[in-house]
Amino acid sequence: MLNLDQYSSLGAALRDALDRWGDETCLIESDRDRERTRLTYSDFKELALPLARALEDAELHASERAAIIMTNQSKWLISAYAIFYCGGVPVPLDYKLTAAEHLQLLAHCKAKIAIVEYYLWRAMMQSPEFKNLKALVLVTEAPLSADLAGAFRWEDFRRKGNPIFVPRKREDVACIVYSSGTGGRPKGCVLTHENYLEQCKSLTAWYPFWPGVRYLSVLPTNHAIDFMVGFIGPFVCGACVVHLRTLRPEFVRDAFVRYKITHVSLVPMVLKNLERGVRAKFEGLSALKRLFLDYFVALNKSFTRGSPNVKLSRWLLPQVHKAFGGELVAIFTGGAFMEPSTLEFFYELGIPVANGYGLTEAGTVLTVNDLKPFRADTVGKPLPGVELRILNPDSEGIGEVAAHSKTVMSHYLDDPELTAETIVDGWLLTGDLGRFDGKGHLQLFGRKKNMIVTEGGKNIYPEDIESTFEGTPVKEYCIFAANYLWPEKTLGREILVMVLRLEEGQEFTTTLKDEIISRNRRLPDFKRVGGSLVWEKDFPRTASMKIKRAMLAEEIGKSRERTAVIEL
Amino acid sequence: MLTLNQTLEQILTLAAAHFKVAREKLAPDDDFFRTLGINSLQTLELLTRLENHFQIELPDYELQGVSDFRMLAERIQARL
Repeated sequence: MLNLDQYSSLGAALRDALDRWGDETCLIESDRDRERTRLTYSDFKELALPLARALEDAELHASERAAIIMTNQSKWLISAYAIFYCGGVPVPLDYKLTAAEHLQLLAHCKAKIAIVEYYLWRAMMQSPEFKNLKALVLVTEAPLSADLAGAFRWEDFRRKGNPIFVPRKREDVACIVYSSGTGGRPKGCVLTHENYLEQCKSLTAWYPFWPGVRYLSVLPTNHAIDFMVGFIGPFVCGACVVHLRTLRPEFVRDAFVRYKITHVSLVPMVLKNLERGVRAKFEGLSALKRLFLDYFVALNKSFTRGSPNVKLSRWLLPQVHKAFGGELVAIFTGGAFMEPSTLEFFYELGIPVANGYGLTEAGTVLTVNDLKPFRADTVGKPLPGVELRILNPDSEGIGEVAAHSKTVMSHYLDDPELTAETIVDGWLLTGDLGRFDGKGHLQLFGRKKNMIVTEGGKNIYPEDIESTFEGTPVKEYCIFAANYLWPEKTLGREILVMVLRLEEGQEFTTTLKDEIISRNRRLPDFKRVGGSLVWEKDFPRTASMKIKRAMLAEEIGKSRERTAVIEL
Repeated sequence: MLTLNQTLEQILTLAAAHFKVAREKLAPDDDFFRTLGINSLQTLELLTRLENHFQIELPDYELQGVSDFRMLAERIQARL
């Protein structure tokens, strides 16, 4: 891999990578069983530089922001590189947000350019907020007959001639990544080139890539993990990234075999789905075959207790490994609570799952399991260069995890107050509760903050979705994470609860419940409220009439049981 | 050409078969995440079955923001 210490920016490192690995394949894009694109590093460069030249003509200057809103595909990475080449700052936005949310974040980050996939652009054009959009927009894969409302076609947006590479310093802003905050207070994490280069260095120290690695990019590239492990990491190591245009489980399974995938990152929801599929296959085996399978699984388990031995596991369990392409080296997981039984299930089959922990504010990853030996009950040890502390530990040693590392973001965009609350004396307060065991592994036990992380790895802050319930015929309402109201020292069972204060004499009727359910359905499935609770007192409020959430949560937690929550 | 109601009816039958529930338990305006107790990934599994049945291609994004069978039928109808 490239020696990242010698680079001052991601753009410079990527530029060298494209020359260094010229003939290696860097990207494969597949749609169902059709391969759409296969690019070498040289091809990638040839596609990116004319775009960079056109961005230069469009006056994208150093430090100016260019948002990317696209599903995972080669154009995403080509666009990001072209932006870096001009000294610009990519702002990757979650393609699963609504059009109104996209427009809100484009305004918040003051994007000069927005590169948008056609179906998302179509939705944005129909949004009432569309008229306020200031950015110059490039639309990918638009049908020739489509009216793009003044936007340019990405495919045509290229100029001849050599663009000028704009150097950046390590402390300059590399990307702005929104960790949440669409309906409430946007949390735009400002990450520097230093953050990314150091993160990449420490991750590849434990999990190196090399030419020949084929990384399956399933998590959205706008997510900090895929941006690092499915773009920067593979590129500086000369590896290949495989994109799928459909993430249906059957095509994801096929891709493992077709492209002989070596590494993949999955969120718990996908990993559990994979587990269900494998278990269903096992259940279909005859009694005799099942007996043999169980025997070899037990044998593999005993041989790999100390550390993984993928070659031996492939020999012991060839059919299982063949179903995953036969070359899988590791699955990375994290971003949300992962049941230890799922991790154990795969490890016992000889498929190492490295469970980790991180947050966008910390670059990407703070801790990860080094598999020496495999542990299913922890999120691993701090990566090289990461210092962690447990603040105000209780009698069991559990307290808030604080991080100090060169990977920690610079600040939240345009929010010095929130930055000051989050980074104190150079330590990032994660809001997560944890404890170190005797072997230096971090174990997580819940959250100090009022938010949930879904199985799909999405951070949901109650404040962001409260506006959806505006107009609900009650006196007042407030949304909380259940584990914030009733801390359980666990990361499972994460749901949002809507606390309702009814009008005098009002009852919680079926009509009211249906009204709430109907509003709830306006939210994407992963953002929905899971239950409601009727509260008999007025909410405590500040002088400016803001709800005192912490005080209310404490009162509810003390006087009501979690069982009082009515499922929605 | 199928009418929207016919498309909807066929989707409900296919979904019932796919998720192994009785057809009469599914209604057009049901929130399928709730009725079927499935997540977004499991709903994606249904798409291939629908593609094969209706002989169309449905990009994953057509499911974005869709949580009931009627809306799904509208998306499919637009591609027939």
